[in-house]
Amino acid sequence: MNSTKRSASKLVLMTCGMFCFGFALVPIYDVFCDITGLNGKISGPTFTSYDQAIETREVQITFVTSNNNKMPWSFKSASPQMRVKTGEDYLMNFTFKNTTDKPMIAQAIPSVSPGRGARYFHKTECFCFEQQFLEAGESITVPVKFIIDPELPKNIASLALGYTLFDVTEEFTNLQALN
Amino acid sequence: MSAVIESNHDDHHHGPAKGFSRWLYTTNHKDIGSMYLWFSLIMLFIGGAMAMVIRAELFEPGSQIVSPEFYNQMVTNHGLIMVFGVIMPAFVGFANWMIPMQIGAPDMALPRLNNLSFWILPAAFGILLSTFFMEGGAPNFGWTFYAPLSTEYAPPSVTFFIFSVHIMGASSIMGSINIITTILNMRAPGMTLMKMPLFVWSWFITAYLLIAVMPVLAGAVTMMLMDIHFGTSFFKAAGGGDPVLFQHIFWFFGHPEVYIMILPAFGIVSHIIETFSRKPIFGYSSMVYAIASIALLSFVVWAHHMFTVGMPIAGELFFMYSTMLIAIPTGVKVFNWLSTMFKGSLTFETPMLFSIAFVALFTIGGLSGIMLAIAPADFQYHDTYFVVAHFHYVLVPGALFSLLAGAYYWLPKWTGHMYDETLGKTHFWMSFISVNLTFFPMHFVGLAGMPRRIPDYSMQFADWNMMVSVGAFLFGLSQLLFLFIVIKCVLNGKKATAEVWEGAKGFEWTVDSPPPYHTFSSPPSMETLKA
Repeated sequence: MNSTKRSASKLVLMTCGMFCFGFALVPIYDVFCDITGLNGKISGPTFTSYDQAIETREVQITFVTSNNNKMPWSFKSASPQMRVKTGEDYLMNFTFKNTTDKPMIAQAIPSVSPGRGARYFHKTECFCFEQQFLEAGESITVPVKFIIDPELPKNIASLALGYTLFDVTEEFTNLQALN
Repeated sequence: MSAVIESNHDDHHHGPAKGFSRWLYTTNHKDIGSMYLWFSLIMLFIGGAMAMVIRAELFEPGSQIVSPEFYNQMVTNHGLIMVFGVIMPAFVGFANWMIPMQIGAPDMALPRLNNLSFWILPAAFGILLSTFFMEGGAPNFGWTFYAPLSTEYAPPSVTFFIFSVHIMGASSIMGSINIITTILNMRAPGMTLMKMPLFVWSWFITAYLLIAVMPVLAGAVTMMLMDIHFGTSFFKAAGGGDPVLFQHIFWFFGHPEVYIMILPAFGIVSHIIETFSRKPIFGYSSMVYAIASIALLSFVVWAHHMFTVGMPIAGELFFMYSTMLIAIPTGVKVFNWLSTMFKGSLTFETPMLFSIAFVALFTIGGLSGIMLAIAPADFQYHDTYFVVAHFHYVLVPGALFSLLAGAYYWLPKWTGHMYDETLGKTHFWMSFISVNLTFFPMHFVGLAGMPRRIPDYSMQFADWNMMVSVGAFLFGLSQLLFLFIVIKCVLNGKKATAEVWEGAKGFEWTVDSPPPYHTFSSPPSMETLKA
């Protein structure tokens, strides 16, 4: 009977272990995406310098803005495209307008495609690092500052920086109520 | 002296209690096995009725019978019920009945846990089915419940769905703990691991798969629950989460899950083919290693379900090759079955017919699986009826046929009565013809671009769809015949002998048909199998 108990408790432990592993997949996935730059996710403003020996070249950057679900704000970039030289600082302005009659909070989530290019797209300043709070009818223009890494693989001639705008008013007020 | 003691003992010896409490409180593996089997048969007809609604809607193009919203609920619940309510509990039912009898054990190692793992199942499916009567209707996001479709955009009943999945998971995990513990500790003396019957082996490995992945599924639905009710952002992009993460977690569970639904089938079919070929199984140890390698590989192939999410080439290649690798152990099994039949003295009773059909049709499903594994080609097949054809070929003429084969094979043992062979063969031929009529044309419409999970379709798919619907109705009808055959067998079948099938090997054939309520109170000797 003891051996039965022993096998059963080992199996129960295994079950608990796998339940935890399911949750561990969340940070594992984030770290994996961060290291490999998959999923077009971009890490924070970490870029400082690059190897000056690498030749610079021209790359086409496309800016895409879209609203998630029923997000009513208007959200546009100052121009849809620009040609940039790798290794140099650039700036692009984005305009948000709260078209509703009540104050709202929004969060823009960036994504770079092709995903392989994401880790060469360095943003030194971005509105996406924080939430935007706008009163009813208010509008705001905010910049993104970025540098394209000269080490960008040769076969990538153009990059697209996409932003999806989410309505986080509810989540944010809930969070503040909790605090 | 000892004779006196034994007869005294016989006086105290009692059979099952009477009435409903027998079933509610039972800890007997045979009772619990029967309940699992009846439960899954009932769920088969409920899930089947949903399939009939789907096929009735798709009989002709255009919106015919049900609303698109209800159609989505049908598709979702058909999948959930067939996977979690039919195939899995039916195999657990077989495990309960057959594992103790095949290894010469008196019962399962943890009989009370066994009772609990069965009785929470009707609760789980009661909750799931009750969602049909709730505001907003039943779950409608597909059996794969991808977030955010199943979180932000889900009907309010999704919370009930989550709890029912939790309960189903708990039931499977408890069942698996019981099965592994039984196999490890209660084998007859002399039955080493490599002498175990193949059905026992297949369940031994399946139970490990269940323990490894059901908790991950429980974790996934828990994260959904937290996203919906507690403001977390596991899968919400707005809060820094990632919907693609859901697919990774789901398929990390989901791919081993599909092998959970087929490995015990391999075990059942192996027994039937050796019995009716009157030869021992060809390549026993390679069969065991093949099952084990399929199980191990199942953990590293999950992303072939999601080639189209945008993976790097290296990822696609890895998952493509690892998936194709599974064809090797599966091929070993198929050729072993063929070699077992080769030069055997074959007879074609109903279980054998279903098993041969299993080998042939499961292989068709396996081959379309290889097609789907080809990453560049998958972009065309993804989310079309080709995928539907593929997984129905491995689950219906695969898993379900093996269950029917096993039911015919062991029914005389369970009930003590023979089933009606003519009716059994009629059932087989009706099922065989209609299953192919149902699922084969799905390959064609799928390759031509008909998307799955849509209640309407373009005119050019009309003819094939009508044919598919006719096949499906016929298949549904054939299974009612099965119900009739089982009831007829229980009520007034011919008396069955202990051996039932000429040349059948294994401890289960050394006891009477039906077996006494308690078998193998003292362990049998391996010598009895040599005769």
